Order: sequence, then C-alpha cells, then structure tokens
Amino acid sequence: MTKTKIRLNPKNGKTELKILIAHPMEHGRNRDLETQELIPAHFIKTLTVSQNGKTVLSAQMAGSISKNPYFAFWLKGIENGDLIRVNWVDNQGLSGSAEQRLAELS
Amino acid sequence: MTYSRRKFLRHATTSGCYVIAACAGLMTPGQVFAEWAEDYFSPGKLEQTLDRLFAGADIADSAAISLNLPLIAEDGAVVPIKVSSTLNDVESIAILVEKNPVPLAAIFTLSENADHFVSAQLKMAETCDVIAVIKAGDQLYSARQQVKVTIGGCGG
Repeated sequence: MTKTKIRLNPKNGKTELKILIAHPMEHGRNRDLETQELIPAHFIKTLTVSQNGKTVLSAQMAGSISKNPYFAFWLKGIENGDLIRVNWVDNQGLSGSAEQRLAELS
Repeated sequence: MTYSRRKFLRHATTSGCYVIAACAGLMTPGQVFAEWAEDYFSPGKLEQTLDRLFAGADIADSAAISLNLPLIAEDGAVVPIKVSSTLNDVESIAILVEKNPVPLAAIFTLSENADHFVSAQLKMAETCDVIAVIKAGDQLYSARQQVKVTIGGCGG
C-alpha cells in the first residue's frame, strides 16, 4: 500500500512543507522484464495542499514525476494550530492523505 | 459480527479520503488548472503541449525565474528540480521535460498563501532541456536549462 508522509518546518515567518509519497508512478510504457507485458499506468494525478480546509496549492501530474514522489513547498501565513492537510488521487482511483498541525511542532 | 477495531479504522480512513478528495475538487472550480486534463498529459512534442496548455500565447524568457537543476544527471529516473521566482502574482508553475514522451511533468497552481517555490523530482528519458513556465498576471514567462542524462555512468 501507499504511504504519505509530510513534515512542517517553520522558518523566518514561512513554513516549509515537505511531502513524500510511496507510489510506483508507472507511466504505462515500461515492460515487465520477465513476462514482457506492459506494466499498466499507475500514477498520481492530483495533489492538494490545504490549510484549515482551504486549498493553498494544487498540482496536476503524470508519469514524468519520479517514483515515490517528493515535493517541497513554502507556505505563507501559517499560524500555530493551523491544520495542514495533503491529499492525492491517482489514475486508478486510489487516494492518500496526511495531516499535521503546526502547534505539534513547537 | 466480528468487525475489528483495526478494520473499522481502515475503512473509515479510506472512505474519508474519498470524501475529502471530492470536497477538494469542489473547492477549486475557479482555478485555471484545477482539473487534471488528458490533453495536457497526452504524448506529443513540447510545442504541442505548450499550445494545449496555454492556447498558443506568447511565452517570454525571464531572468526572474531561477531553476535549480543538476547539469549532469547520473540517473534519469530521479532528477531533482527547484523552481523559484521573484515575479509578482504568480498563478501557476508548469514543469516540462523537452524530450519525454509526455513533456508535461507537473503543473502547480499556487494561491497567495503559497510562496513562489516548487521542489520536485523528474524522470528524464534522455539529455534535453527542462523548461519551467510561470503564469503571472496574465503573462507567461519561462526559463530553461539543459540536463545531461548519463546512462550507466558512461558519460554523455
């Protein structure tokens, strides 16, 4: 199964958000080395970051993003106690999420 | 009925995710690139993808975009990239790999609470340019840099 990890790191009034998702990110053109059959496409399509339920940023992607994708962003205006939530949905309908409150850190 | 706590939790989280994902989709109808579009991520040449993304609008080279990419990537499967910009009113950042079968790697839509910065990891099929296109205040700006992909460590 897939796993989603996030980390918040407040620095100089901004908050760094790092995201690591365990996901194969298959683009559908790779072949299984033993059976020579195409490995079906399996990649994350959308990623959404929200602050207290309000979308801060969203991303659309496909198979050109590396396996087990890593992203980092800098968020502004995040205060102690704010809930940061990361959601993703892939092309096979699977989804994952992770959330963290800024207060948990300080 | 034996419905263990563990099982309940698992089901609760999975269905919860779908609900939240659906809500997230509903909350961003006004955003330009809020929906995943087959068109953007279909195979083709870089120029075709740019046309589909930006409807043929002019893209100006800009020194206000900084790309942080390796000059030589030993492994084309994981090429780290950082894009940042000092432009005002940045709405979206698109990252494209010139010679990948599907050139568009990802497009990020940023709200005012997100800094103009994106860090990610790309797959690159071969040595080529990586392009970042930023939409800021109805204008398009871009920056590009070549990345040499060495396969099997034989140099490029």
